[in-house]
Amino acid sequence: MSESISVEIREVSKRFGDFVAVDSVSLEIKKGEFFSLLGPSGCGKTTLLRMIGGFELPTAGAIRIGEKDVTHLPPYKRPVNMVFQSYALFPHLAVLDNVAFGLRYKKLSSADAVKKARESLALVRLEGFEDRLPAQLSGGQRQRVALARALAMEPEVLLLDEPLGALDQKLRKEVQLELKNLQRSLGLTFVFVTHDQEEALTMSDRIAVMNQGRVEQLDASHHVFEYPKTEFVAQFMGAPNFFTGVVKSLAEGLLSIGARTESEIRVRARSNSWRPDDAVRFVVRPEKLDLRTKSGTSDGEVSIEVTIEDRVYQGVNTVWVVRSDEGERYTIYEQNDRPFQESSRFRVGGRAFMSWNPRDTVVMEKKENGQLVG
Amino acid sequence: MSESAPDIETTPQFVGKRAVAPRGAAPFRWERKAMGFHSLLVYIFLYAPIVILVAFSFNEAKQTARWEGFTLQWYGRLMENKLILKSMMNSLLVAGTATVVCTLIGTLAALALGRYEFKGKGPTQALLFLPIIIPEIVLGVAMVTFFGVIQMRLSVWTVIISHIVFSVSYVAIVVRARLAGFDRSLEEAAMDLGAGPVQTFFRVTLPLILPGVIAGALLVFTISIDDYVITSFVAGAGATTLPLQIYSMIKVGVTPEVNAISTLLLLFTIVMIIVAQRLQQPPTEKGERK
Repeated sequence: MSESISVEIREVSKRFGDFVAVDSVSLEIKKGEFFSLLGPSGCGKTTLLRMIGGFELPTAGAIRIGEKDVTHLPPYKRPVNMVFQSYALFPHLAVLDNVAFGLRYKKLSSADAVKKARESLALVRLEGFEDRLPAQLSGGQRQRVALARALAMEPEVLLLDEPLGALDQKLRKEVQLELKNLQRSLGLTFVFVTHDQEEALTMSDRIAVMNQGRVEQLDASHHVFEYPKTEFVAQFMGAPNFFTGVVKSLAEGLLSIGARTESEIRVRARSNSWRPDDAVRFVVRPEKLDLRTKSGTSDGEVSIEVTIEDRVYQGVNTVWVVRSDEGERYTIYEQNDRPFQESSRFRVGGRAFMSWNPRDTVVMEKKENGQLVG
Repeated sequence: MSESAPDIETTPQFVGKRAVAPRGAAPFRWERKAMGFHSLLVYIFLYAPIVILVAFSFNEAKQTARWEGFTLQWYGRLMENKLILKSMMNSLLVAGTATVVCTLIGTLAALALGRYEFKGKGPTQALLFLPIIIPEIVLGVAMVTFFGVIQMRLSVWTVIISHIVFSVSYVAIVVRARLAGFDRSLEEAAMDLGAGPVQTFFRVTLPLILPGVIAGALLVFTISIDDYVITSFVAGAGATTLPLQIYSMIKVGVTPEVNAISTLLLLFTIVMIIVAQRLQQPPTEKGERK
């Protein structure tokens, strides 16, 4: 096993009765990486994290941390620590005692343990709160105590189970950046569970998007955002604009797709498994779509005629909802400081051309049997 | 980060044009007065005998229901009465032993029932709580029959065993209630920080359920120390407890001495119940008692 791998998960499954929470997941988390498990509730992300922490045992598969197989070790024998969703601060212990709780098992003298706990509290900027009880702290402060308590243990891997879920929007944004900075400066491996794609994008080096117990896509975070491989990931990343087409030809790494557009769409093929006549699904992000009164083929753009169904002003953006003649719905973001050229001429119920640069076409991974469902 | 819900008490609610009074208050004056009067009658009915009992324990007159002046002599007499002192020692021995044993067994039972799913959990639970429902007289007869069958001579030990039987359920119930709001992730956090199962129990679980455990113990002590019915069946020679002693004294006549000892028992019981009640209050969301 390579030196730079921090956590290795090999074909790990977890079943609760008939329910498969995690379905044969394999992945590697690199040392010093901010790694996020992202997905909707019930996708298995928390269960996977809890198996790394030792709170659940896998039904099948193996987990290694560093060089050590920890698959069947109890939590207190693993070199990882967890920041719990509820923070799980001991209500009967003062802040300092909470942070120093685990240090006595590290064979530190009590003076050293207190010193270490204070250092850890300083790291999260909570000096002066040592004698408070958890109940006397705000949500944000409790979250930082939980973080300090885990960091004081100097874990090889820090596990975070939606630790920002209970914070309000504004505070959450601040903490995201703080957490990212802390991780970078300590060079620690973070495994972060969240259902918030923005949060994952803000902090992570890599993201594993999970769905129904499986990893749908594992990539660098900007890659997951820009090049979703499956419809689920595209949808989850806020790009619910799906098109269906047929592969016309494949030449010089360029895929030519025929769809209900005025012209063929030429995109870079990211796989060479495509064959002519393959059905293909692709997606275009809402902010890459434009609305025109005429089909704009001038600079190689692709366009399709649609009916405008709705417009919603949202401050930074105006959201347009349109429907194609096939009945598919699309979402378009118009940036209000750079409005569409003919923005004032569109009204709900009217017709328009939705157009985009072919470069912004993201082709979904080819399905195994080449068939499309729906 | 305290998200406080709008306070119902301070938010006036209007329905149509009429302001709706805060919940629980009677809308009209005379109704409120009638209710107050009714409550007063209820309290007099309930507490008048007790007030009289306490008052007469300070009465100088012997064996009359007439007030003749304040005295503490009956309390002094108690301390010289060998029979009462002996019965008090018996009661303390019985209640003390029963409390220790019940607290241990009851807490462990509560932990098992609150934590684990196992075969026969339902029946186990029902059987554990049954002694609370069974009429005392039935339990008394059952116990004395049982001791007869196993040929155990009635003594102070049979009293202790019987008291354990009917009190253990109270600890189990009180501790289980405490466990109901227990956040399991606290134990996970302890293990995550390197504490093994035993250390986790003593450093996290026990301190957090301790108020429940103590409340259960106080409850057992209180129930045990004033039990008459069951004790009267299973007490052997020399195992007379305080309630049995009081009863036998009453047969001769209600003396101020009996009033005095009853008053002491009453005071003691009230204090115990108040402490138990306070400890039983569920922890607030933030883990602190009010």
